[in-house]
Amino acid sequence: MDKIPNNRAWWLVLPVFLLVAFSALIPLMTVVNYSVQDIFGPGQAYFVGTEWFKEVLTDERLQDSLLRQFLFSGAVLLIQIPLGIGVALMMPKSGIKGSLCLILVAIPLLIPWNVVGTIWQIFARGDIGLFGWGINQMGVDYNYTGSTVDAWLTVLLMDVWHWTPLVALLCYSGLRAIPEAFYQAAEIDRASKWAVFRYIQLPRLKSVLIIAVLLRFMDSFMIYTEPFVLTGGGPGSSTTFLSQTLTTMAIGQFDLGRAAAFSLIYFLIVLLISWLFFTAITHADKEQ
Amino acid sequence: MIAWMNWTPSVAIFFAVIAAILAVMTVYEIVSPCTERKGFLPIETTRGDRLFIGLLSAAYIHLAFLAVSDISLWIALGVSVLWALVLLRWG
Amino acid sequence: MKQARSKNVAITVFIILLLTPVYWLLNMSFKTNQEILGGLTMWPENFTLENYVVIFTDPSWYNGYLNSMAYVTINVIITLLVALPAAYAFSRYKFLGDKHLFFWLLSNRMAPPAVFLLPFFQLYSSIGLFDTHIAVALAHCLFNVPLAVWILEGFMKGVPREYDEMAYIDGYSFPKFFVKVFLPMIRSGIGVTAFFAFMFSWVELLLARTLTSVDAQPIGAIMTRTIGASGIDWGVLAAAGVLTIIPGLLVIWFVRNHVAKGFALGRV
Repeated sequence: MDKIPNNRAWWLVLPVFLLVAFSALIPLMTVVNYSVQDIFGPGQAYFVGTEWFKEVLTDERLQDSLLRQFLFSGAVLLIQIPLGIGVALMMPKSGIKGSLCLILVAIPLLIPWNVVGTIWQIFARGDIGLFGWGINQMGVDYNYTGSTVDAWLTVLLMDVWHWTPLVALLCYSGLRAIPEAFYQAAEIDRASKWAVFRYIQLPRLKSVLIIAVLLRFMDSFMIYTEPFVLTGGGPGSSTTFLSQTLTTMAIGQFDLGRAAAFSLIYFLIVLLISWLFFTAITHADKEQ
Repeated sequence: MIAWMNWTPSVAIFFAVIAAILAVMTVYEIVSPCTERKGFLPIETTRGDRLFIGLLSAAYIHLAFLAVSDISLWIALGVSVLWALVLLRWG
Repeated sequence: MKQARSKNVAITVFIILLLTPVYWLLNMSFKTNQEILGGLTMWPENFTLENYVVIFTDPSWYNGYLNSMAYVTINVIITLLVALPAAYAFSRYKFLGDKHLFFWLLSNRMAPPAVFLLPFFQLYSSIGLFDTHIAVALAHCLFNVPLAVWILEGFMKGVPREYDEMAYIDGYSFPKFFVKVFLPMIRSGIGVTAFFAFMFSWVELLLARTLTSVDAQPIGAIMTRTIGASGIDWGVLAAAGVLTIIPGLLVIWFVRNHVAKGFALGRV
């Protein structure tokens, strides 16, 4: 549908613009101000130029946390996207069974994030949790509060549990949009299951998959509450991701300048990645 | 009321410059609207897109200078401005 | 048909695995603390509602739910009020900077709340809104409004523009057309958007916790208090968790047919 050029449409967008500008621009400007100063208290600040940035960029603790974050987000995508597609392919296409499936699969998404943490905190414990107990019964030594590897795997498993449903629902809605005639044509051609998936279903899933990757990457990139409740970032700092490092710095240690510089770098990374995805989405829209 | 924002002159100048660039681009757009075109970038872009790419890469250029060298940031600024101009003209 | 059956089995297994952790929470919420710590039982042997009674009789507990409900409701209302006209503009008109504005909105959905934590705290303190429901509601607009605009724009694109033109010919003014004709046509879109705004505001804790201390404290922040001197009160914690899941379950039923489209940001 061709859109009509009309600059008066700005009046309709103005409330949104003002509201988001209030919550986004003022804090952003403040963060920039903080990032170039050493702040001792209200009105007591000392201009330090780009020193905080220099420090943050060369700080090994932060680099580690960034690396952990990318590893985690990468692992999240590698597991959740294929699994989500698989689940979507298995879900019944319509009827009451379809609706029921949809709602049951959506349940983890409706749970407050701290409760997700709580659920897994309980579920994975060796003494009172079914999962931890079960693993221990199988003779595997598992303890997410003590072992780095176990903690990392538990956080990953929790995220898979929490967010694979999102990918599945997205793909499910994409699959439902494929006309039945496509499948009938494939049947006449005696196309194999794989061929149907590769040449009919996958191309149609492209645009929802881009959105799924975008949302999953971004949300896993700012994960905070769930690991905070589950492991508190430990043992050591094995499950301390970017948001938590930042929050501890800003609120816990009140290290404002460094936290602000770090925030801006964090924000630039997010901005670059979301721009790449946004460009991809608008291109996919255009092709259709 | 805004004391907590801890404004400093340099940051104020920074935002003023950004606002000025946006204002100029807006006026330019009203005077002579531009259409998407293909330059050396792999995608079709409008003037505004190229400006955004220019600003974003300028930020990364500055960070790269800070991270790996002690060269004055004025040089980074010069490189960024040149790059942004190249982008706007041929991107 | 063998294939269909194996599909059914696979999806059933997946759903069972998915629901086991939730079942475990439910299971624990009906147990006494002695039973929880005494050993592993697959279902409550001494079934008790004691944990729920604690929550419903202690104001510091149930106020947490009321606070969360309050700011979530305010947030949903603000979000819909501002997002509806904006989404209409994006779906119908081309205007100066529309693409960039849209991307800027999107980037706010993607921005980590941790980045804005401290300035938010100071911003709302300086205008005297700290520890109020409206502060949390406004803060949540940062990610809910862009999302709402995105979803609604997707739904509105599906309504042919002929309807708009016909209404003008019939002599409707814009506000009258918008409320009387257009909104009823995208009812399901509004429902889904409200659901998503509700959900993301309900599940968020970092901002909600930072912007409140006593009067508007969300349930999530109160739950961390169960870690007392005598260790964690697992039973009450589990019961509180179960109660936070229920509102979402109630709401999703009403929008079940459109949820998938909503998750795809209206882009299917």
